[in-house]
Amino acid sequence: MKKITKKHPLAIRWFHWVNFPVLTVMIWSGLLIYWANDIYRLGWGDTTLLQFFPKSVYDALHVPFHLSTGMAFHFFFMWFFFINGILYVLYTIFSGEWRYLLPDRHSFKEAWQVVLHDLHLRKTAPPQVKYNAAQRVAYSAIIVMGAGSIITGIAIYKPVQFNWLCALCGGYEFARIIHFALTIGYLLFFIIHIVQVILAGWNNFQAMVTGFEVEKILPVEEPVVIEQPEPIAPVETTEP
Amino acid sequence: MSRYLPKPEESVVPDGAVRKRSIIAFSIFIVLLVCGGLLFAKLYSEPQSADNVQPTLRQGLKANERLFSLFYSKHREAKTFTKQDAVTKVRVNGDVGMDGALDTAWRLKVARNPGDTLILTLADLKKLPKTEVIFDFKCVEGWSQVTWWGGVRFSDFLKAYNLAPQTGLKYVGMITPDQAYYVGNDMASMLQPQTLLAYEMNGQPLPQNQGYPLRLIIPVKYGIKHLKRIGVMYFSNDKPKDYWAEQGYDYYAGL
Repeated sequence: MKKITKKHPLAIRWFHWVNFPVLTVMIWSGLLIYWANDIYRLGWGDTTLLQFFPKSVYDALHVPFHLSTGMAFHFFFMWFFFINGILYVLYTIFSGEWRYLLPDRHSFKEAWQVVLHDLHLRKTAPPQVKYNAAQRVAYSAIIVMGAGSIITGIAIYKPVQFNWLCALCGGYEFARIIHFALTIGYLLFFIIHIVQVILAGWNNFQAMVTGFEVEKILPVEEPVVIEQPEPIAPVETTEP
Repeated sequence: MSRYLPKPEESVVPDGAVRKRSIIAFSIFIVLLVCGGLLFAKLYSEPQSADNVQPTLRQGLKANERLFSLFYSKHREAKTFTKQDAVTKVRVNGDVGMDGALDTAWRLKVARNPGDTLILTLADLKKLPKTEVIFDFKCVEGWSQVTWWGGVRFSDFLKAYNLAPQTGLKYVGMITPDQAYYVGNDMASMLQPQTLLAYEMNGQPLPQNQGYPLRLIIPVKYGIKHLKRIGVMYFSNDKPKDYWAEQGYDYYAGL
């Protein structure tokens, strides 16, 4: 016999696995667009620590000279990204799943404890239901980031029709910087996410497909009954 | 942490039942994954028609155009700047349609109606009230520059030459004198008050490489629509042919 614990509702599994390929297409097509004016880098003055992106990256992904392809894909798949994201947020609100996902007032402190625990610097992890505090922070932050991508995306896409939104994002060029930085954020999220999923093991991963976690139930040991000799009935004595 | 959270549902089931449910779930998962991959591969490899983009994606661009046209308002204007904000070195990003020197006999030909063409000189246009626009010019490539332009507001031009009936048509087409570059813009965007037939840049006559003697400045569109060296202008209900739309770009290209 096994004990199964429901973890991810079907809807959340759908949203997760739809989002993954859609976001991949958005990042790929975004890269094709970005290439046409690839001015961002990490560095100062004449010193560049990291150029976005090195030629090797472009060549490996066949990026150069596909701006129109990038735009056509980006402005097609943006709807799937947007609608899937909206549905996820609505679902978590109305199903009550948000209670497992949103950080509460202890989460930020506990998230740090989780990090220390994961780095083997702390013996115990704080108690959790479904998601630990670090996951709560990360999975909520990624939704805020998604909203940020949509808002800055609209600001770049229609900067005149949504000129107020563009101004709110700090102007056209700053909106483009945020839009790009968020994408780098997704890539970093992805790396950490994959490492954590691998470390957490198969049972955790398969729950994102099946919905439940499985636990072996150890065979219950039969209580050992020691045969005791019949108590000797007290000899009834009759009072003389 | 929230210890008052409802505990996730637990149940005890036989090993075989767990295995069966897992196999079903993974089978569905893999089938959907493969279907998704195949759908994408099909979309990616759709034979591209003459306009250099997958037909489904072109439908997507057109759907976006219809949606955003619904919400378009000519009263929404591009943010304007001061003359001090405008760059002195204005980027030159395209020279299609401007091969060779300009014919000294250049005239703007406005096809009012079939067989009825209005022919104007630059001097004719300069007689009309001048409008200046200093805005953040946006290229489809992703860069932008604050630039300063002067010329005739397109709607003023239409009024001055009694072209009001033509505004009932959906598009304005423009072609360079050598017919190498051509664009189409929807009437609503053309009538936006910042749209100019520009003959000045930074207070000076347009440089040759910026489309002397006359170019279109239409701040609600990407730079690909700001045709340099206008030769012919015409009005139409059908989409005028458009150089970059033929190269796979969005026809609307509206900002």
